[in-house]
Amino acid sequence: MTSKIKEFPGVALRESDFAEKKILYTTWEPNARYAWDAGIAIGRYLAELKQGRIIGTRCHKCRRTVVPPRNFCEWCFRPMDEWVYLEDYGVVNTYSITYVKWNMVRVEQPILPAVIEIAGASKGMGIMHLLGEVEPDEVKIGMKVQAVWKPAKERVGAITDILYFKPVE
Amino acid sequence: MGLRKVAVVGAGMTKFVRRALETGKELAYEAAKMALDSCELTLDDVDGVALGTAPEAFDGVHMKGEYLSDGAGAWRKPFMRCYVGGGTGVFTPIQGWYHVASGLFDVCLVVCEEKMSSCQPHPQGAFLTIFDHSTERPLEPNLLWIFALEMNRYMHMHGLQKKDIALVSVKNKRNAADHPCAMLGDPNITVEDVLNSEVLAWPVQRLDVSPISDGAVALVLASENVAKRITDKPVWIKGVGWSLDSAYWTNRDLYYPKYVEYAARMAYEMAGIREPRKEIHIVEPYDPFDYKELHHLEGLLLADKGDAPRLTAEGVTARTGNMPVCPSGGLLGVGNPIAAAGLMKVAEIFWQLRGEAGKRQVPGKPITGLAQAWGDLMQVGTVVILGIGG
Amino acid sequence: MSILEKPNKNVEARVVEGEIPIQSRYTYGLAGEKFFREIMDKARILGTRCVECDYTYVPPTIYCERCFAKLEEWVEVGPEGTVQSFTVLLVALGGSPLDEPEIMALIQLDGADSVLVHRLGDVDLDELAIGMRVKAVFKPKKQREGSILDIAHFAPVED
Ligand SMILES: [Zn+2]
Ligand SMILES: [Zn+2]
Repeated sequence: MTSKIKEFPGVALRESDFAEKKILYTTWEPNARYAWDAGIAIGRYLAELKQGRIIGTRCHKCRRTVVPPRNFCEWCFRPMDEWVYLEDYGVVNTYSITYVKWNMVRVEQPILPAVIEIAGASKGMGIMHLLGEVEPDEVKIGMKVQAVWKPAKERVGAITDILYFKPVE
Repeated sequence: MGLRKVAVVGAGMTKFVRRALETGKELAYEAAKMALDSCELTLDDVDGVALGTAPEAFDGVHMKGEYLSDGAGAWRKPFMRCYVGGGTGVFTPIQGWYHVASGLFDVCLVVCEEKMSSCQPHPQGAFLTIFDHSTERPLEPNLLWIFALEMNRYMHMHGLQKKDIALVSVKNKRNAADHPCAMLGDPNITVEDVLNSEVLAWPVQRLDVSPISDGAVALVLASENVAKRITDKPVWIKGVGWSLDSAYWTNRDLYYPKYVEYAARMAYEMAGIREPRKEIHIVEPYDPFDYKELHHLEGLLLADKGDAPRLTAEGVTARTGNMPVCPSGGLLGVGNPIAAAGLMKVAEIFWQLRGEAGKRQVPGKPITGLAQAWGDLMQVGTVVILGIGG
Repeated sequence: MSILEKPNKNVEARVVEGEIPIQSRYTYGLAGEKFFREIMDKARILGTRCVECDYTYVPPTIYCERCFAKLEEWVEVGPEGTVQSFTVLLVALGGSPLDEPEIMALIQLDGADSVLVHRLGDVDLDELAIGMRVKAVFKPKKQREGSILDIAHFAPVED
């Protein structure tokens, strides 16, 4: 059938068609502001970050210690059994060297997002965070990294209370 | 299972473009009308409509399903909208399938639409809110990060180089040069072009990524009795499958898409396929990024883990190869209006199996093909297997 | 009983504030482009007509939702019409009281089958009635910019 249709519908516009008012259009700003509850498990996680600690939760049935913590085990579908303090170091599971911010604006100094497997949690339990104090070409998967915390009195109970993770021996 | 046979009997699509003049409704209409005309059915013949479209934030229309309904042919009809992230385009025909297979409808119109150009200054503003609001969003992630992190993990686990992966982008953009609706077809693109393109989030470069697009695609599904009455070339839906992995994406090893394997196993079992590598002749795996095609071929059990790049390098997945992959040109070449892009893959298999794909037609008269999509936070797999005969 | 079922006492309720940082830019589409341009340039209101269904759409569409035909017949409608329903608004979008009540109405333009939502103006609240005849009042040409607001409002027609 596609071979029979000569001209498919769809009129392509250029960005300049808007700027030069070659076509009519209207705009709208939804102004959608939210206050998201962190919830029970992540509420505690954030509170512990303020204290300079990373906390996870453990399920006695599947014996997993997970981070970020959750109040139910999604494998066993039952409540988690205990809170477990984890280390504030781990290993790089994967990383990227990025030159674009969230809004696609380019940056000169690359941002280094990574998944970091946190020591003390079960194998493969990572969180997303940033790497710092490291040259982009020196980052390696499997590299040991340690949290660099904001000074205690600047911490507010947010994931950004950890500034970034830096390589350690 | 007591299910009725379901056939795809018609398909239609708009061009995929960066910015369409048409409204979302108008895009949906053009695709739906073309699909109905192609099998000489009218709106009166349609018992129900299944619509797939991504989050409201892209089109900027709340209750987007309802907004699109008249363009999708749903006036005063049973109508439902589904959404499973990037997997939507292949899930929507699954939704259409179970409405016909169950006996509820004889004819179901399946429509997928996206108008991402409405989202300003960039759809990344909407993608930002996919990430967890407490533990991830304060880090100001770009959606590209998650792909970059997955791609790097995939490359690391299998010792792959960027040039092994860039071949996919080259193949698909070249294939798309023969697609009349394609945005980024380029018959002359080379691996060097991909490797020299702007680095966005290493290892992801500009030409590793599919574009933001507007467009719509539609299919007509029919029960066996209707299909046999209106066409002598029904294409049967032989199997469907879908699966969702944990939303804790940092707790999974991203190098292998287990959820795609689960979805594929479900579909193979339904289709009675025991040896997918012999029985699937043509594949349209989801390729929003070049490495994703490889990743998905492995998840679909059509390549060993880490071996899909070799198949690509050896030409097995070329349009003239033993197992053509993305003969349409895929998302990398045709474009990526999210839900519509997934349904485009199912439409491509339909056209290929009927021998109607024009310049894109693969040789060797394939009789079984598979389309797959993927989405959410690296976690959903959706699979449809189509076949002729039997 | 899991300790997780009861928040530990050092857990304060935490809220993360934010927004979805997007704006929307809408094209009017194939039908809308013609509809709004006609209002802007010529102060005329157009609809599209399905002959098969004997139905005229305003605002126009390029297809008939009833029979799915492509619509190519454009017809001028209005500028007069009949109020099908109305409401008197005393509260603004954000919840604050309005200085002047605003009247929103469903208006069936002469020649149209669908109704248009718009404001009524120059109208006494006492004379408001379903069935009243109204007429489009366009903004002066140089203030028109291709928007539904190029029609300032609909005003009662003097008998
Ligand atoms: Zn468990
Ligand atoms: Zn009609």
